[in-house]
Amino acid sequence: MPINLTINGKPVQAREGQTVLEVCWENHISLPTLCHHPDLTPVGACRLCVVEVEKMRGLIASCTLPATEGMVVRTETPKVVEERKFILEMLLTDHPNDCMTCESNGDCELQNAVYQYQVPWPEHKGARHNYPAGADPNPFVFTDFNKCILCTRCVRACAEIQGRNVWGVAFRGFNDRIVAGADVTMLEAGCESCGACAAYCPTGALTDKPSRGQARSYQMKKVTTTCVYCGVGCQFDLNVRSGRVVKVTSNPKAPVNGMALCVKGRYGYEFIHHPDRLTKPLVKKDGAFVETTWEEALSLIGKKFAQVKKENGADAFATLASAKATNEENYLIQKFTRVVMGTNNVDHCARL
Amino acid sequence: MTGLATAFGSGAMTNSIADLENAKAILVIGSNTTEQHPVIGTRIRRAARKGTKVILADPRAIDLANIAAIHLRHRAGTDLALLNGLAHVILKEGLEDKEFIANRTEGFETWRSTVEAYTPERVSDITGVPAQDIITAARLFATNSPATICYAMGITQHTVGHNNVLAVANLTMLTGNIGKPGGGVAPLRGQNNVQGACDVGGLPNFYTGYQRVADQGARAKFEKAWGASLSPQPGLTVGEMLNAAHDGRIKAMWIVGENIAMSDPDAAHVRAALEHLDFLVVQELFMTETAQLADVVLPAASFAEKDGTFTNTERRVQRVRKAVAPPGQARADWQIVCDVARHVVSSFKALELKGSDNLKPETWNYETPSQIMDEIASLTPSYAGISFERIETRGLQWPVPNSTHPGTPLLHTEKFSRGKGLFSPVEHQEPAELPDSTYPFTLTTGRILQHYHTGSMTRRVAGLEQLAPEERVEVNPDDAARLGLADGDWVRVSSRRGTIESRAWVTDRVGRGLVFMTFHYAEALSNVLTNTAVDPVAQSPELKVCAVSVEKATKS
Repeated sequence: MPINLTINGKPVQAREGQTVLEVCWENHISLPTLCHHPDLTPVGACRLCVVEVEKMRGLIASCTLPATEGMVVRTETPKVVEERKFILEMLLTDHPNDCMTCESNGDCELQNAVYQYQVPWPEHKGARHNYPAGADPNPFVFTDFNKCILCTRCVRACAEIQGRNVWGVAFRGFNDRIVAGADVTMLEAGCESCGACAAYCPTGALTDKPSRGQARSYQMKKVTTTCVYCGVGCQFDLNVRSGRVVKVTSNPKAPVNGMALCVKGRYGYEFIHHPDRLTKPLVKKDGAFVETTWEEALSLIGKKFAQVKKENGADAFATLASAKATNEENYLIQKFTRVVMGTNNVDHCARL
Repeated sequence: MTGLATAFGSGAMTNSIADLENAKAILVIGSNTTEQHPVIGTRIRRAARKGTKVILADPRAIDLANIAAIHLRHRAGTDLALLNGLAHVILKEGLEDKEFIANRTEGFETWRSTVEAYTPERVSDITGVPAQDIITAARLFATNSPATICYAMGITQHTVGHNNVLAVANLTMLTGNIGKPGGGVAPLRGQNNVQGACDVGGLPNFYTGYQRVADQGARAKFEKAWGASLSPQPGLTVGEMLNAAHDGRIKAMWIVGENIAMSDPDAAHVRAALEHLDFLVVQELFMTETAQLADVVLPAASFAEKDGTFTNTERRVQRVRKAVAPPGQARADWQIVCDVARHVVSSFKALELKGSDNLKPETWNYETPSQIMDEIASLTPSYAGISFERIETRGLQWPVPNSTHPGTPLLHTEKFSRGKGLFSPVEHQEPAELPDSTYPFTLTTGRILQHYHTGSMTRRVAGLEQLAPEERVEVNPDDAARLGLADGDWVRVSSRRGTIESRAWVTDRVGRGLVFMTFHYAEALSNVLTNTAVDPVAQSPELKVCAVSVEKATKS
């Protein structure tokens, strides 16, 4: 049974179990959020998604509010806007004003909300946190808890997506903060360096360490592809700047993995531009490799393969195809072996 | 693959990855899923959070042991006895799916008589798992339906690998867990495109889509399509190729993107075989241990530098896209193959090789990977409906029999690919090499989360090297105490085939008498030690069990 409700004067329908926030988003009514993420259990922590609902007192967080029959919702009343500005201003009183150098600039949900509501930088003389940035030694995740807004997305992503429980909230009041395990390093707390916490973090509190300073999100071209490591078939976006892969980001539409990736998928791309990469054909002369041209290398291979077939027969030749190469490449390799060389001696590491 | 093909008629994963979260029970045997298939591992953890019973059968206390409802810690190489033991209990307690067995399977009665001998007590003697745990696990698996079985190389890399898979298939059919969501068998394929490489004919006995080389009809079809006469004789597997190279029957090899000098058992034997070749071409990203043995090394493009498709473990064909240009003069493998083919054909003409008249260099002028996929689709019933256009935004799971078919997330729903599912009687058999007084330990091998296979890519990622810089042989604390070993000490591990030195990790992840190593580190390579004994049917090497000695070493 569809649920009928009214949002900003427009009649809309919801399904059983949907929240007001979900109904809004489904109907292209934009609502700002910080703690909410569609993949994660709603917690109603940041209250940025508050709305006014007729016959209900005060402002209500829409992310945890079930849509009910006859509900009349308003999402951008002066009262709502004032509340959101207040929330954002409060967050900024304890937030570094360093968007210029912040890794998340241009890709920061806090920045976006502050921009949308044009919240001025608050005059604030009170206490601010001063945690050491980059304190955690994890090679892939950079931590800067001065930028943490305690939305707990990292806590939920680690528990609900990765099935690990590295992050938690410790201490009380102003001293509230996100800690790994019993306030130890991420690795000591059982972190698998999957980077989900950084992928879900709405600010610059948790970011990818290897790509720091490499490029702004708007300077990178995203190319969706499939991971080269194991057989799960995770998809992600290679982020390219000036002809170099500088970062891997989750692609929420990836059919197999969604936002989830492992440490190799998200952070194991450095080999692509490694100086050890082979860049020219090599031929061994007197026990040592010397550079050669493609034409020379191919001529030599052509002659040698043909000679073996002529002198020793087709079955004196064998090819190993590759579980790392594409389908199209493997198809051509086996076709070459069967058609040109005339043998079925083609295999690959299928059993490893 | 051969095992499931025998039992079901198709060797691939029956269900989808996302479907794991619908299972009420998951039996994980021979798969360190959270390290080898990490994102599938997270699915299993997520399922466990929601109440799915995870039954872990593994000689080691791997990460999944932390969330398992029960951990059966069997002796390495006794999987089959354990699986038969679970089936025995299910039958004895009447927990089998009688309707499914009657309607969908054959060979049940013959098989049943074999399993009768696998009482929990006998299985306990063979495996070292307490009889009561076998009973508990069997009940968990049979009474939490649907249930699925995940396995990987821990099942297949044995001299009884084929029979192990049959035992998995038997247990699945016994409980009626085929053709339904949340059930099925998940053979987790190790590499990104090992499924695809098999699908498109990268095997000595199959053309694309598992059409047999030895089948006259299939051969005639490919001869017509390819305009060439084809050999009716199935080719050699990797292991057989190496033996043939060793004794001079194979003179030349072309190895594309594989580092067999590190990845295959008995590394000294592999090396000797490759050195014995008259001519070796290796196509690679890096100067690997295998490339070093080559006469010609060709620089290849990485996955980020070319277009194409990979097929994942759940049979999903997905796009690979070029994001950057290859470095220097490196080229995509498909382009290199076309070049090599044209040059070889030209050389045939120059040598006036008989029977080469019908080979034409111009048939190797492929312009795009998409064009190659169209050719694959035209010859392969399970890929018939796949094109780059159709998988632009979302991959398709084969079989995709035509261009409007939505793909097949779930196999064997109405009937098995072979008609009825086949129960196959299989008996426990000890591994080829057992510990003795000279080599008193069992070595089992695998991978760790941070590295991949021979490390040619991951060991060039600084952060991954920082997390896992060196081999650490896992040694049980009791054994370590006996050997006078402290955590981090150097040990010398020897087998009949070689010796390596490495640091020890003293940990109860391994039981007494068992040691574990990876094959990521060239400087301390487990495959110097491993055994080349293979399964007679699947030809998979017994990398999971060999006998070694372990002693304290001093390293300067």
